Amino acid sequence: MPCAAGTGGSVTRAPGVDPAARTRVREDVAMSEHSGSQGGAGDPGDLVQLLTPEGVRVDHPDFSFGGSDEQVAGYLRDMMMTRRIDAEATALQRQGELGLWASCLGQEAAQIGSGRSLKQQDVAFPSYREHGVAWCRGVPPLQLLAMFRGTDLGGWDPHEKNFFLYSIIIGSQTLHATGYAMGMEADGVVGNDDPDRDAAVISYFGDGATSQGDVNEAFVFSASYQAPVVFFCQNNQWAISEPSERQSRIPLYRRASGFGFPGVRVDGNDVLAVRAVTEWALDRARSGQGPTLIEAYTYRMGAHTTSDDPTKYRMAAELEHWRLKDPIERVRAYLQRSGGIDDDWLAAVNAEADALAKDLRSGCLALPDPDPVASFGWVYEEQTPYLAEQQARYAEYVASFEGEH
Amino acid sequence: MTRMTLGKALNAGLRRALDANPKVMLCGEDIGKLGGVFRITEGLQKDFGEGRVIDSPLAESGIVGTAVGLAMRGYRPVVEIQFDGFVYPAYDQIVCQVAKLHNRSRGRITMPMVIRLPFGGGIGAVEHHSESPEAYFSHTAGLKVVSCSNPNDAYWMIQQAVASDDPVIFCEPKRRYHEKGDVDEESTPMPLHQAKVVRPGRDATLLTYGPMVKTCLDAALAAEDEGRDLEVIDLRTLSPLDMATVATSVEKTGRVVTVHEASVNLGLGAELAARITEQCFYNLEAPVLRVGGFDTPYPASRMEEAFLPDLDRILDAVDRSLAY
Repeated sequence: MPCAAGTGGSVTRAPGVDPAARTRVREDVAMSEHSGSQGGAGDPGDLVQLLTPEGVRVDHPDFSFGGSDEQVAGYLRDMMMTRRIDAEATALQRQGELGLWASCLGQEAAQIGSGRSLKQQDVAFPSYREHGVAWCRGVPPLQLLAMFRGTDLGGWDPHEKNFFLYSIIIGSQTLHATGYAMGMEADGVVGNDDPDRDAAVISYFGDGATSQGDVNEAFVFSASYQAPVVFFCQNNQWAISEPSERQSRIPLYRRASGFGFPGVRVDGNDVLAVRAVTEWALDRARSGQGPTLIEAYTYRMGAHTTSDDPTKYRMAAELEHWRLKDPIERVRAYLQRSGGIDDDWLAAVNAEADALAKDLRSGCLALPDPDPVASFGWVYEEQTPYLAEQQARYAEYVASFEGEH
Repeated sequence: MTRMTLGKALNAGLRRALDANPKVMLCGEDIGKLGGVFRITEGLQKDFGEGRVIDSPLAESGIVGTAVGLAMRGYRPVVEIQFDGFVYPAYDQIVCQVAKLHNRSRGRITMPMVIRLPFGGGIGAVEHHSESPEAYFSHTAGLKVVSCSNPNDAYWMIQQAVASDDPVIFCEPKRRYHEKGDVDEESTPMPLHQAKVVRPGRDATLLTYGPMVKTCLDAALAAEDEGRDLEVIDLRTLSPLDMATVATSVEKTGRVVTVHEASVNLGLGAELAARITEQCFYNLEAPVLRVGGFDTPYPASRMEEAFLPDLDRILDAVDRSLAY
């Protein structure tokens, strides 16, 4: 199996990996310190791929996708809807209706492929860009906007959706995921050979987060307790303006072996490969074999957030290069060739996406502003007399302006 | 009624909390076989198992961060931070996550977590082992902060903190761990977030908590010789403050001295002084005076006696208050 801890093995390179994908290997990364092709974090190295950028299915010795074209079409729809939500939210920010938006443009395959691998009883701990995973978990897109419009600090019921709130402090959620997984273990919902009950946790984070202490501590704790958690790192090559080589001198997935669990690098723009690898890792976790690190090698095609200007730190040619690896295009190309979809299907999904975007826009504009007087109410489960008094005084103060303009 | 040390009382309280609710879980460094460096959890892993009394890797952010996840899963983690000065690696998780998750989820997530913090000096320790960080946490909305000062309170307050659905920073006066007192295991304890008049008096009020309660009681006893009748209030709850008990005392004495080991600048005493001024202005005969650690880093242990408030420095402040 792939890169089992301690064996020093690695995933065999799949056929069809585009050698041009290595354009970003930087000269200043000390290649000599590492064997073979495994250079810095920006070196794609060994990459699990099942669908090439040209939309050709390829085999891999360890991983395969056995789903139907109908299933693949479902993923395509998921990705198209995610991209449309993302585009509408970006537009809403540009028009002043959102304070900020963190685009997931280009990362749809990583998010849908992993999100669709989750079972109902599995629980996801996102960073703040996992709009595609939220889609898979059934979080209404409008609820994602609340935080970015500033009407709420969260937006959805994490317990109902098994999708915890976005976490802005980089990497903090990996520890929550690990603790939650330890709780699952204690609850006895791991390793029962019961596919309907056995559960696992998936935690999302980026290449920048791998430098955080919390992420490294999460690796230590999860390994120590063999917690059922999958660490899903979307290496989108950029932590705002810093290239992934700034975070690591070795490919990120190889970090896992130092902590004592397997790491796999997957083509993050290949929804089928991501689906296959994530399912494998989740199965390991659910069956009690402990954590896995997945590095989904992808690209942030947009800015870090709407406040960012990537033209200041990266070349337009790089974006063009990655555009040829678009996660949606390759699936569309494959399915149109295989006959899984036709132009009518695409037109229907596009229309559906436009309708969703329209609803999202009107819903966003109608989001109620938060009530300052009510804001005192969620600080504690058991309200303190001091805060109750502050709330009452503020309510009185607000009321004193009633009738004035 | 059983006579035991404050440390043993905490141990007994934790044992009872573990017994009362299977969701209670203890996590921390060396708390299992060793029973913690202060032996507060001694014997608990043996009796409740490695699944409920968990030796953690040496990473405070990891301990608190995973406890957040356990709480999300429905557990009631009780976390031991080995020493006050070791809490800072976990500061981000405590302030950004533990304190805020209930609020940012509009109450959908609860954080019934206790973070036990042996705090304060006076034990001749090396650096980072004698600090009083309670004001950092009291300043943070979403946290509750308490401190016990005697075995009976230790026994009951730790159980009440574990039963609380809000996160509680539980400050334990480490230099009082070995002091004995009577523990009443039967009668109903007073509410957690209520202060207690531990010595009634007429002339001035000493407001204090944790390790300084004993010091203040000693000071009040010494003041008797000078014909001064001091009231001593053990605040017990630092956030929220029990201002009702404080105000009642101020209305009676008109003079207040706050006493804590933490540095004075922006410490609990500052908040108390402000709140007393707001609420009891016309009862005051003198400004609220503050006695505390100097605004220096905690010193090398051979000079901690100079740094820490003692009987003389407290009575000096009382003198100054009475001179107004």
